[in-house]
Amino acid sequence: MSGNVQLLSDTLAAAQGEGRAALIAYLPAGFPTVDGGIEAVKAVVAGGADVVEVGLPHSDPVLDGPVIQTADDIALRGGVKIADVMRTVREAHAATGVPVLVMTYWNPIDRYGVERFTAELAEAGGAGCILPDLPVQESALWREHADKHGLATVFVVAPSSRDERLATITAAGSGFVYAASLMGVTGTRESVGQEAAALVRRTRATGSGLPVCVGLGVSNAVQAKEVAAFADGVIVGSAFVKRMLDAPDEEAGLVAVRELAAELAAGVRRN
Amino acid sequence: MPSEFFIPDPQGQVPTSDGYFGDFGGKFIPEALVAAVDEVAVEYEKAKADPAFAAELDDLMVHYTGRPSSLTEVPRFAEHAGGARIFLKREDLNHTGSHKINNVLGQALLTRRMGKTRVIAETGAGQHGVATATACALFGLDCTIYMGEIDTERQALNVARMRMLGAEVVAVKSGSRTLKDAINEAFRDWVANVDRTHYLFGTVAGPHPFPAMVRDFHRVIGVEARKQIVERTGRLPDAAVACVGGGSNAIGLFHAFIPDADVRLVGCEPAGHGIETGEHAATLSAGEPGILHGSRSYVLQDEEGQITEPYSISAGLDYPGIGPEHSYLKDIGRGEYRAVTDDAAMQALRLLSRTEGIIPAIESAHALAGALDLGKELGADGLILVNLSGRGDKDMDTAARYFGLYDTDAVVAEDEAAVAEITGDAK
Repeated sequence: MSGNVQLLSDTLAAAQGEGRAALIAYLPAGFPTVDGGIEAVKAVVAGGADVVEVGLPHSDPVLDGPVIQTADDIALRGGVKIADVMRTVREAHAATGVPVLVMTYWNPIDRYGVERFTAELAEAGGAGCILPDLPVQESALWREHADKHGLATVFVVAPSSRDERLATITAAGSGFVYAASLMGVTGTRESVGQEAAALVRRTRATGSGLPVCVGLGVSNAVQAKEVAAFADGVIVGSAFVKRMLDAPDEEAGLVAVRELAAELAAGVRRN
Repeated sequence: MPSEFFIPDPQGQVPTSDGYFGDFGGKFIPEALVAAVDEVAVEYEKAKADPAFAAELDDLMVHYTGRPSSLTEVPRFAEHAGGARIFLKREDLNHTGSHKINNVLGQALLTRRMGKTRVIAETGAGQHGVATATACALFGLDCTIYMGEIDTERQALNVARMRMLGAEVVAVKSGSRTLKDAINEAFRDWVANVDRTHYLFGTVAGPHPFPAMVRDFHRVIGVEARKQIVERTGRLPDAAVACVGGGSNAIGLFHAFIPDADVRLVGCEPAGHGIETGEHAATLSAGEPGILHGSRSYVLQDEEGQITEPYSISAGLDYPGIGPEHSYLKDIGRGEYRAVTDDAAMQALRLLSRTEGIIPAIESAHALAGALDLGKELGADGLILVNLSGRGDKDMDTAARYFGLYDTDAVVAEDEAAVAEITGDAK
């Protein structure tokens, strides 16, 4: 069974056709529980998210700030396994129909087995993966299996990426390009980095035609609107997780993330 | 004149230009760090080709560090090792008290060449942190040291030393609150501040070029020791022995002996309470290949690639990874790695103190315990070279508690002394 790379491309193209940016929401699997995580995905889609990234929690989230570290920790202490991540992808996609990506670090996939992981993710209806610590030079094996199973390989680019690297990365990637708005780890910020617009421009200048979506630090509708003015998609993670961490109970958390998704969805509609 | 103390690997066979030692190594880093890591690699290659770099490093090694370090024979200690002769390479006598200064001075010079004004580093036992804080004081660089909260408690003396030297010490409260988590936090800092900051990595792990570069700065250990032991005994040792956490002092000792096929290279890993208890940090004995902190190597992990929490009485060895070149040496059969328990290491620490008047670091005591066993295996004709990578001052609180040496522990001390009889047995 082939994965949903095409659905991802079609979804981003549809948003573009509507003259707006897509809203991409990140939530870790197993947080606060596996079932609670699945409900959270449904809630952000109900609120207006176009694409979902499901985090596969890792013991050593080197690129994540305190908010996602805390959520990963709760998920891992709750015993979340890769099978639970696959169930989250399957049920979230089946219930919502939106493209669902997995975002994680490379070691869990390396250890699990690249073929086994990509086959299972495609079978669960997944659309691809974002692997922020797997640079393009080390990614040949992953891409071979991802391509075979119809899964997107979304690479991250950073303000420090030189133009020749942007060309290499966009040539190897699929689905979209994840442009980090600033130099730093995940987490909410007061303002979106000035460098983001320049990075999007340089990434588009490679001529690959891949949509360029911006993440890191975006947490509210004002920032979403600002980013939507120059990017094809707006990626929000920590702000959703923080709403759930701050909520008095699971039910209130679902309401809170649905509301935030609705605010952001209004923000990405530029006018 | 060729450099006496900065002696990069002349063979140049490993790693490859991609940083691979066989299947191990590489560069698994976020895109945001690619430019900075590449800059380190380019600057290091330029420095290697620049006689002025070697000359400045040589000068520091002689007049600041105090190289060459001594080679000391320890006959009273060796009586407990089946009569084999044992020599210690005295890296504990370097300025700051361990081998770590060799690498730190090299990278501090590189930092200056790259025009960066701030240095960050991780530390476990505090030896790398102290050495880094020292170099930053010497070169006028801002310095932030990340240290697991548990390690700041068990190595409080070194925390005070770093602060005295002007460094900011950040106690890391995430994960296992030890060395692994200190490295995670240092990477997070580096991603956010890479423009003006160099990550002065303290061991032969991490992404390329760190494993090869840090090794090169420590190669002097083995090059000196090889010459010294041949001068003193007329032959090469049967074995070169060192403790391995990340593996920097071990690779520094081993590397000059790799072409000497008859010299066994023996790395001593921390078995903690015993590998069978699960409370250990014996990565090569009990780990599986994986990716941690930027390179592929053996890693302590579960079946789904989650890193498992290590344990060792020694903060400097309490790490679930290992430098990729050690993984390579293990897999090609050139290196032997054995596990040494907390108890065996502590017995060896006390034995060396009482027989030779040298108090070793708990890290180095793992190598001493390994040498005691190896001596019995080799018999009276055996000749063993041990890297005494650091001195034990920093460990006196841990040792005093272990052996009950405080006056308030007097009653306990009597009992402990009976139990902890010196046996010289590393089992």
